[in-house]
Amino acid sequence: MDALLSNVDWAEIGIASWDTLVMVGLSLLFSVLIGLPVGVLLFLFGKRQLLEQPVAYAVLSFVVNVLRSVPFIILLIVMIPFTVMLIGTSLGVAGAIPPLVAGGAPFFARLVETSLREVDRGIIEATQAMGASIRQIIFGALLPEALPGIIAGITVTAITLVSYAAMSGVIGGGGLGDLAIRFGYQRFQTDVMVITVALLVIFVQLLQMAGDRLVLYFSRK
Amino acid sequence: MIVFDQVQKSYQVGGRAIPALHPTSLTIETGEVFGIVGHSGAGKSTLVRLINLLEPPTGGRILVDDDTITHYDAAELRAFRRKVGMIFQHFNLLSSKTVADNIAFPMKLAGIYSRAEIRQRVEELLARVGLADHASKYPSQLSGGQKQRVGIARALACRPTILLCDEATSALDPQTTQSVLRLLADLNRELGLTIVLITHEMDVVRRVCDRVAVMDAGEVVEMGAVSDVFLHPQHPTTRDFVFESENIDGDEMQQDLQKANGRILRLTFRGESTFKPLLGSVARESGVDFSILSGRIDHIKDTPYGQLTLSLVGGDLDVAMQALEAADVHVEVVR
Repeated sequence: MDALLSNVDWAEIGIASWDTLVMVGLSLLFSVLIGLPVGVLLFLFGKRQLLEQPVAYAVLSFVVNVLRSVPFIILLIVMIPFTVMLIGTSLGVAGAIPPLVAGGAPFFARLVETSLREVDRGIIEATQAMGASIRQIIFGALLPEALPGIIAGITVTAITLVSYAAMSGVIGGGGLGDLAIRFGYQRFQTDVMVITVALLVIFVQLLQMAGDRLVLYFSRK
Repeated sequence: MIVFDQVQKSYQVGGRAIPALHPTSLTIETGEVFGIVGHSGAGKSTLVRLINLLEPPTGGRILVDDDTITHYDAAELRAFRRKVGMIFQHFNLLSSKTVADNIAFPMKLAGIYSRAEIRQRVEELLARVGLADHASKYPSQLSGGQKQRVGIARALACRPTILLCDEATSALDPQTTQSVLRLLADLNRELGLTIVLITHEMDVVRRVCDRVAVMDAGEVVEMGAVSDVFLHPQHPTTRDFVFESENIDGDEMQQDLQKANGRILRLTFRGESTFKPLLGSVARESGVDFSILSGRIDHIKDTPYGQLTLSLVGGDLDVAMQALEAADVHVEVVR
């Protein structure tokens, strides 16, 4: 057993796991904070919606599409100057977060837009008929009704960020991905590679299970 | 009182204006149950949504209690909408809120009620619609009839003076429809609530409405007291609706009439005269023999009515007709 995992430095694995957790956690937080309002705006500006704004929708939609269509590995590199400007470095856990948010937020925004569109128009109409303002419609009806969908969206985004975070190892981002690339790939330490992959799989499984439970808890349909 | 003054509505589709409601003027009195009947696409949905400006009109003006609501700014409009309840075909309850929270929702939106006031009002309304035991359930746990009762309770939360019903019973089975209609009629009587009800079923109109407007292709084609419109329909669309609700086959009826001998009269009884043993005595006095070709006897809201088509042979027809008219029976000579 010792011989089998001879290259594995468990302390290093522990640090890397923690780094991944921090990267995913923080980037998820910012992705939700940015993506949620953007998703709500995308929905409201959309065709035949409450604040129909074709131009604003087109602009917002274009920005989201651009960020989503750039492969994340490219986005990582393109973002470097911007990341340095923002937080002083493009390396380590901190340096990985801006590109992760740039990848995660637009992804999540689209998921929010989709789940808001699933809300029955009749419910919006009924809320309007009660004399609700736009703000009240959003916070009183739209978001609560779309909550299960939004939670499912957060789960999917979190899992996407796990894989993005692993990719950020390529530009020195830290975490399990970094470990896998430096040891597993560059030094041919297959055992390290296997362990990091296993940990990532477990991490994703846990996220999905937690997300599914929350969705179930908030579903009233 | 709701007044439509040359109100019209059209939609822009591909740069062209498609009319949904041609210029329409009508008055709905305070405290009445006003029915709007029409096929889907006739414009009745548009008409009812003009009353709370969910659809803004493209022309004309709308007055509610002498206030021109079409001039309201956004804040005035929101305050006005709290005084107009609305219920829907598919109930449109918030699935994420309990029954009690759904009913409390419009009061919370209004922002002028204390927590205690809301709780008390919700309890009161739950009891009124017969759902006191279901306060903490979610809409998905309720039957259609129960959902519509929640819808009604929610619509009444802020004590509106007008209730708009958008095909409120169309998704319900006949029995549930009856109980929901009875509830609406009771509310109209108890609270003096003005109810505007749109439906494609003449039967719903017959049971609860005082007056009715019949719509066809974006126009009101006939309007009047339900008893007049129902018993003496003038417009072909109205006639279709009445025949449909009474299961009358127009062609079949014509064939039956052709087979009958003698004069054919249509007698319409309303109110008390419905129960008088009239036909026998008239036949004895005038010497006419009659046979009943078709007939319907039922209630319009609370008033009983009967309508019989008779063929009469022999005797003195004039005497018979005079005797019938003297007894407050409306006589129409069909042939």
